[in-house]
Amino acid sequence: MGKIFCDIKKCLGCKSCEIACAVEHSESKNTFQAIREEKKPRQRVVVRSTSKEPFPLRCHHCEEAPCVQACMSGAMYKDEQGFTKHDEDKCVGCWMCIMVCPFGAISRQESLALKCDLCPDKEDSFACVEGCPTKALFVGTWEEFKKKLGQEKR
Amino acid sequence: MKKEDKSIDKASQELLEIAEKEGIDTAWDRYEAMVPQCGFGELGLCCRNCLLGPCRIDPFEEGPQKGVCGATPEIIGARNLTRMIAAGAAAHSDHGRDIAHTLLMTAQGKTKSYGVKDEQKLLSLADELGIKTDGRDKKEIAIEVAEKVFSEFGQQHGELQFSHRAPEKRQALWRKLGIMPRGIDREIVEVMHRTTMGVDNDCENLITHGMRTALGDGWGGSMIATELSDVLFGTPRPIRAKVNLGVLKQDEVNLVVHGHEPTLSDVIVTASQDKELIELAKKNGAKGINLAGICCTANEILMRHGIPIAGNFLQQELAITTGAVDLMLVDVQCIMPALSSVAKCFHTKIVSTSPKAKFPGAEHVEFKEEEALPIAKKIVRMAVENFKNRVKEKVNIPNEKMDLVAGFTAETVFKFLGGKYRATYRPLNDAIISGRLRGVAGIVGCNNPKIKQDWGHVEMAKELIKNDVLVVVTGCSAIASAKAGLLKPEAAFQYAGKGLQEICETVGLPPVLHVGSCVDNSRILITLSNVVAEGGLGDDISDLPVAGAAPEWMSEKAVSIAFYFVSSGVFTVLAPPFPILGSKEVTELLTRKLEGIVGANFAFESDPIKAAHLMIDHINKKREALKLKPVMYEREKMVVK
Repeated sequence: MGKIFCDIKKCLGCKSCEIACAVEHSESKNTFQAIREEKKPRQRVVVRSTSKEPFPLRCHHCEEAPCVQACMSGAMYKDEQGFTKHDEDKCVGCWMCIMVCPFGAISRQESLALKCDLCPDKEDSFACVEGCPTKALFVGTWEEFKKKLGQEKR
Repeated sequence: MKKEDKSIDKASQELLEIAEKEGIDTAWDRYEAMVPQCGFGELGLCCRNCLLGPCRIDPFEEGPQKGVCGATPEIIGARNLTRMIAAGAAAHSDHGRDIAHTLLMTAQGKTKSYGVKDEQKLLSLADELGIKTDGRDKKEIAIEVAEKVFSEFGQQHGELQFSHRAPEKRQALWRKLGIMPRGIDREIVEVMHRTTMGVDNDCENLITHGMRTALGDGWGGSMIATELSDVLFGTPRPIRAKVNLGVLKQDEVNLVVHGHEPTLSDVIVTASQDKELIELAKKNGAKGINLAGICCTANEILMRHGIPIAGNFLQQELAITTGAVDLMLVDVQCIMPALSSVAKCFHTKIVSTSPKAKFPGAEHVEFKEEEALPIAKKIVRMAVENFKNRVKEKVNIPNEKMDLVAGFTAETVFKFLGGKYRATYRPLNDAIISGRLRGVAGIVGCNNPKIKQDWGHVEMAKELIKNDVLVVVTGCSAIASAKAGLLKPEAAFQYAGKGLQEICETVGLPPVLHVGSCVDNSRILITLSNVVAEGGLGDDISDLPVAGAAPEWMSEKAVSIAFYFVSSGVFTVLAPPFPILGSKEVTELLTRKLEGIVGANFAFESDPIKAAHLMIDHINKKREALKLKPVMYEREKMVVK
């Protein structure tokens, strides 16, 4: 599976990725029910903006991930495919990962760190990408993404 | 999505396959491309009413919880929903206004294309509206009726005349709550005022005014549309006809009318029977002219002339996909803008007719009452002349068609229960009191690709009649039930419970009664008032063992309808839910608190069987409160998980 890229020129800041992410991480995986669940489902992507340009901010699964290096309990780790994963059982809530993340892509849920887990319940797609109405979010390799940008009229 | 998941209708499934093969985009394809739909919109958490925004509230409570002005989910949800009521009420009421206009022009002699077909109804309406009838010319009476009705739209104070048809107790409640509608247009305008930036910020106060507006539709605009249509085009009587895309004909000119107002479609019926035009059709190689309808304009001419129905809302594109429609005439409401692009794949001409509704890619032949018949003939001629352009290889008419009986009204059907010579509601009331009938339910509303086409309507209707609940249907729901064969008297033996079966057999009624178009939901209101007046079942509509549902709704009109039913005291189940679930308080108000205010609630349930059982449970609760006998043939209680 490829990585998630964002063509920020296409991002309208609608926050649909946020809702899709939260719903995907709910018990029911249904918008209407998710909002009533006792444990509020939390999104792992957040729409931010630089001056006027909105963009979705989430874990970039950095090749050399500062969060993994900084994690003292070994909760943040790299899986076989090189994605950055978080083992909640090991997390001690020291927030070092939050301190060192250059993107600000990690947040807190009670005493645990919270970040993009690449939708483990989905087989071959991601909730935020599916939820993006302008197709600003894209899944593939860096080469594929570059090719896509090149093909589209800028 | 597989075709079996898109529709339960075989004709739809067959044409969806063809559409896919030919690369024709349908509402289902466009829906799939739209999924997931905006969660803020679904939950009613976005506000675009002023340019401090657009604002949206995070339903998961991490992001903003208030709009820039400070609006909470409660305010935003209630404001948006109230605006939906206003739009729906405006659509029905403007339709009613157009019919009143036609009546006025007819009476003034400004158009020769219409006449007063039901004089009796004109006279009784005149009486009700306080217009003298003794020794007066019919035309004079008709002018005065039309003018009086017109004044109901612009009335600034007082009460709508037809609201006095409701039971006394209900009227008193409306007055007490301050929701008795004053004027049809006034309430709609007030919604727009209250919901603009910085006016009404109390969700209950907003919804309460929404109810007043909706009542102005049900007991005003819609009721006017129904009553004056009966005056002009005749009060429907039970009539046999056929339904589904199989009514289109291989060897005849197929003209399909689609939309809502009967003013043009009724005249098209006359024009399509014109000898000269039939002759012209024959010269063009067709055997005749076949007229069929889609949506409510179809219901109007079905009930009065037995004109076949080609399909309901989600079949408008599929009708064109048959390649056999030579012309589709459209007027207002529920007409997909996609029609002209589907028509481009075929020879079909789309003709728009209303100055209020133009469609890029369609030909526009403007309808005027003064020249209704010549315009109708012109359009029929266009259809006839287009027959020769039909491409034989592209014609795929499904075999599916079904028999039906339609044309029941508050005046006819229930009185038939008592026989011709003692026309009364007594037998209906007695049937409910004795427990032969559990109660009555109305199933109304649209199609929506979010729900398998017709599945919601048909499964719900079957479950209700199985449990001895007599079902009345209107609009696209009526067409769904018709296609499934539920409007045939024989359906009682196949699907109805024993009690309902006995009644249907005795009187020769189908277990599901077609009572008209969507403005004809007003016929259901009148029927309910008549049942209360007949006695023995309480003294308000909210006492009756009845319930309503819109299991596949999509239009704002359905919101208005749902609200006037609940405000009249009828428990109503909806699918999909109103876009307000993001607000706890508004959800609580609509699904619980309203019962204490107007005697009825909303419920949201997407499974039609579970929804039917919510209705049955409600009916049972009302029977218990009335201390009625147990239902005569009670089935084993179904456990709904």
